[in-house]
Amino acid sequence: MNSNRIFLLIGGFLIYLIIQVVLLKNMVVFGFAFCFLYVLYILLLPLEMKTVPVMLIAFGLGLGVDVFYDTLGLHTASLVALAFLRNFWLKILTPTGGYDENLQPSILNMGFGWFTYYSLPLIILHHTLFFYIENIGTNLFFPVVQKIIASIIFVYVMSIIVQLMFYRRRRGL
Amino acid sequence: MFVVLEAAAISLIVSNNSQQGSVFFNSANQLSGNILNTQSNVFDYFSLVSVNKALLEKNTVLLQELERYRQPADSIIIPLDTLMASNYQFKGAKIINNSINLSQNFLTINKGAKDGIKEGMGVFNEEGVVGRVKGVTKNFASVISLLHTELLVSSKIESSEVFGSTKWDGRDSKKAKLLYVPRHVDLQVGDKVVTSGYNAVFPEGIPIGEIIEVAQGAETNYLDITIELATDFSRVSYVYLVENLFEDELQSLDPSN
Repeated sequence: MNSNRIFLLIGGFLIYLIIQVVLLKNMVVFGFAFCFLYVLYILLLPLEMKTVPVMLIAFGLGLGVDVFYDTLGLHTASLVALAFLRNFWLKILTPTGGYDENLQPSILNMGFGWFTYYSLPLIILHHTLFFYIENIGTNLFFPVVQKIIASIIFVYVMSIIVQLMFYRRRRGL
Repeated sequence: MFVVLEAAAISLIVSNNSQQGSVFFNSANQLSGNILNTQSNVFDYFSLVSVNKALLEKNTVLLQELERYRQPADSIIIPLDTLMASNYQFKGAKIINNSINLSQNFLTINKGAKDGIKEGMGVFNEEGVVGRVKGVTKNFASVISLLHTELLVSSKIESSEVFGSTKWDGRDSKKAKLLYVPRHVDLQVGDKVVTSGYNAVFPEGIPIGEIIEVAQGAETNYLDITIELATDFSRVSYVYLVENLFEDELQSLDPSN
């Protein structure tokens, strides 16, 4: 991994974190559709990256988001879980012939269908964990399910838009 | 590795659950506080009109109140003992961070220990109760919003002086529940709910909301009362903080200590 890639990784980390806490934090559509776009950063980390570094990055990013959301540990816990399962899921989804080297698992490189199979279960996992832990102790069921489903759709659509607008084929940001 | 990181995250969640305490990993710390402050400085301009309007209305009310207290020229002031002395000290602050859509919401204000903000101070604005200070850093403070499913505010129904506790149920940011009001109490929709002054955090009579629905509770001895909150949490921008100067003395009287 050369210094250019590392620079891109760190830059992406900061950009996602700042956009999340400055802009998207206040963007809650209808009061229940949240935009946790930062999961896209973890989803789009290079394919060959090992689970442990991915989890460490997820821990850092989750903690950063938590600090601004005043939800200490919540984003961290759910994002680390997502990072943990990411590589398993990637292995299961390996296309015949394997992945190309140094590829970013984005919609541009892998196609719409593959990206949906890849991202949607992980986003669902992340959101379910987040809202479940957030609401332990309250007996709200339908409001929470509503929040989970609305947020999943919102984040999925946003992640597609962001990739089409700001990403290039084969390279990051 | 996964277990270690998850355990770290969960221990953070647990440690953050206390009503008062350290707020380092939180939007009140130096770095995030400054970022949020800058952000709020930019976005504030969009709410100036409504803030000004609210202040003007509050000023009008205060002017009317003041008129009643103005001393005629020939009167003398007799100082009274602590029975009538002012128990409360007020401070003002600006909200730089706010959330209303989670089930445990917090606010961040731009005043901290440097300005005399302390843990446990009550927070309200010209409309009604906002919350209570959770923790302070040098320049910022973190406030538990009334929209937090574990914050109880001691309250009473203004007309009948019946006591209860206001608690948010996590559903709608405009509505909350009034708990522990016995079934035999006669209530009217439209009755005002205000702070009771029993909790040593708020002075008596700060608005909390208005009763909009009364139902028989499912299984308990209490009524199921829904109130509409006086404070519009989606628009709070400036708040007042109140400190009870006799809080220590009151606490020392409590036999449970």
